[in-house]
Amino acid sequence: MTDIAALPPTRAGLHGNYLSAGHTVASWLFTTDHKRIAILYIASTTLFFFIGGAAATLIRIELFTPDSGILTADGYNRVFTLHGVIMVFFFLVPVVPSTLGNFLLPLMIGARDVAFPKINLLSWYLSIAGGALALYSLLAGGIDTGWTFYTPYSSIYSNSFVTATAAGIFVAGFGSIATGLNFIVTIHTLRARGMTWFRLPLFVWSLYATSLIMLLATPVLAMTMVLIIAERVFGIGVFDPERGGDPILFQHLFWFYSHPAVYIMILPGMGIVTEIITCFARRRVFGYEFMVYALIGIAVIGFFVWGHHMFVSGQSGYASLVFSFLSFLVAVPSAIKVFNWTATLYRGEITFPAPMLYALGFVGLFTLGGLTGLFLASLPVDIHVTQTYFVVAHFHYIMVGGMVSALFGGLHFWWPKITGKLYSDSFARFAAVLMFLGFNFTFFPQFILGYLGMPRRYHAYPPEFQVWNVLSSAGAVILAAAYLMPLGYFAWSFLWGERAGSNPWDATGLEWQTASPPPEHNFEAPPQVPEVPYDYHPGRESARD
Amino acid sequence: MTDQAAIAEQFDDLAQQREATEIGIWAFLATEVLFFGALLVCYAVYRYQYPAAFLAAAREANVVFGTVNAALLLTSSMTVALAVRMGRAGQARLSGHALLATVALGLGFLVVKAFEYTGDIQDGLFPGPGFRLAPPQTQIFWSLYWIMTGVHALHLIVGIGVLLTIFVLLRRSAFDPRHNTTVEVSCLYWHFVDIVWIFLYPLLYLPGRS
Repeated sequence: MTDIAALPPTRAGLHGNYLSAGHTVASWLFTTDHKRIAILYIASTTLFFFIGGAAATLIRIELFTPDSGILTADGYNRVFTLHGVIMVFFFLVPVVPSTLGNFLLPLMIGARDVAFPKINLLSWYLSIAGGALALYSLLAGGIDTGWTFYTPYSSIYSNSFVTATAAGIFVAGFGSIATGLNFIVTIHTLRARGMTWFRLPLFVWSLYATSLIMLLATPVLAMTMVLIIAERVFGIGVFDPERGGDPILFQHLFWFYSHPAVYIMILPGMGIVTEIITCFARRRVFGYEFMVYALIGIAVIGFFVWGHHMFVSGQSGYASLVFSFLSFLVAVPSAIKVFNWTATLYRGEITFPAPMLYALGFVGLFTLGGLTGLFLASLPVDIHVTQTYFVVAHFHYIMVGGMVSALFGGLHFWWPKITGKLYSDSFARFAAVLMFLGFNFTFFPQFILGYLGMPRRYHAYPPEFQVWNVLSSAGAVILAAAYLMPLGYFAWSFLWGERAGSNPWDATGLEWQTASPPPEHNFEAPPQVPEVPYDYHPGRESARD
Repeated sequence: MTDQAAIAEQFDDLAQQREATEIGIWAFLATEVLFFGALLVCYAVYRYQYPAAFLAAAREANVVFGTVNAALLLTSSMTVALAVRMGRAGQARLSGHALLATVALGLGFLVVKAFEYTGDIQDGLFPGPGFRLAPPQTQIFWSLYWIMTGVHALHLIVGIGVLLTIFVLLRRSAFDPRHNTTVEVSCLYWHFVDIVWIFLYPLLYLPGRS
């Protein structure tokens, strides 16, 4: 093996880092440095987040009153479809793997870069090209099918820009496949000497599980999009009922991707939260092996539960029975994770800086979202609440309450590493608490609305639902403020913040052993791999005391 | 060219680089299996639902062209395997010839396919208003036929482009095939495209002929 120290020293010497390695636009757009690509992704996913958020704002304004307000029924269809498509395919699915994952994965395993840096850059361009197609269809007039593209409406009847959007999802999907492939190969081959599989930080394990799903589920969605496009453009008829085509088959194919995609959207969040909780409880993670098996278990079982989206579609009753059972089963590894986070906190020396507040918020919101998921896995209850706001509230608790909280926690935790600067912890803690409150304020009323029977995807509703909708819209204002705040204090920190030093949280993990911001090739000297991850009291604490 | 120059900066040594590209291509092929897998699932479901219509529809496919193409691709699998062997043995020139032969066989496949497509269209076998078969479920078979063979042909075109690029690089001695996995990795992709055809051929051309 070549010694890392034997490589030529980085260009800028002692104070050189990946940010100062080049200041031209080209040095960013043609970079193959995983850290710079992560920054490119942070910029693009933030843009998509605020576009999707703008659509959500329109939805909440429309639902403030029971009758038709600012949007027509058709306009409302287009707005909620835009919200779903942008948020799912262009924000939630790529966001953590491609931003924090890209930045941290090589650092955490002690590598100089990912295995295929050029493919890594290609992923970003694919995601941008896909996003551009989706934005084109938005500007040209939008789509009205819902993000689920159910046939035959999407393939034959919808008079909107389905083809361009489906093509955008197809292209961006290959970006996400390329990222997953890159991560899998990187984790297999580029671990530093001494970094065995069971010494990997759990964030790396979560990226591994996520990458498996990206690699094996995304191509099915890609082909499904090809079939829709072929049906609209060439008039072939794989899903056309008049020719014997089966719309339920489309739903099977769609959810074969889109349910595992839910785990793409939550597993990396679980990884982030584990890193944060161990650091601020100053404890080894409770049950490391169980945490690993739980991640892999969720990823594997997650491939076999898609039918729970189709309990009322007319699929066979036996299929529903099996899918219901498997959906209950996937709750087991999820619960293991929640219990282990709690056990990690037990007898810890807990402090509450902003990342920890986000992480604890994640645990609470994820638990609520997960438990309401059991309602939906249970056949009789699901039939009562199917297609209502109960479902909307449930998956927002997982995806927004869970994943976005984890993302914000991760951004706050690693911000000093990424930028080399400190931010105002009091502002950040205020934003974290505000996000937790605003989130519950927005989405808890939707559980009640759904249980009372308000269906999703309508722009008007009976007046007796108004009070809950007003609560929800008011909460959304608070949530929006909590999302906007970091833009302010992060910008301040980047420009005028204090220098962070290499390890401001006194955390374990190889990423904290190098400078902040890291040098171009990550480590000046080969990193030392500790015996076990999260060794906060070396020699004093065994993993389970 | 030294060995050192052939190693990308993120790798420590050649063995690590080789391992990475090999895991990478297998992972990519796993993705491809699921990409075509979605189509095979559609085929299986519909053939189970409409067995008679599928047999009637498949009888119309041009089995001569299909068989010739199967022979062409199987032969190309041999030439591409020879390219790998010769490359490993350091015979860059012979390896390049084997690649060219593979490309020629691939182009032959496309030419035959073009004649077949033209005949299919003239024969009223493209789904839509001019479709000549009954019952309507035969259109499902032919929809799958066009998608499956079309996506396969696109993969083949990509494969031809890749092999031609490698041929040019070999000619310029841009890399040493003894230490570099580029030839092997591209050939695995080519074999995959062949294997897809080995599945498509019996599914699309042979039903209803016994």
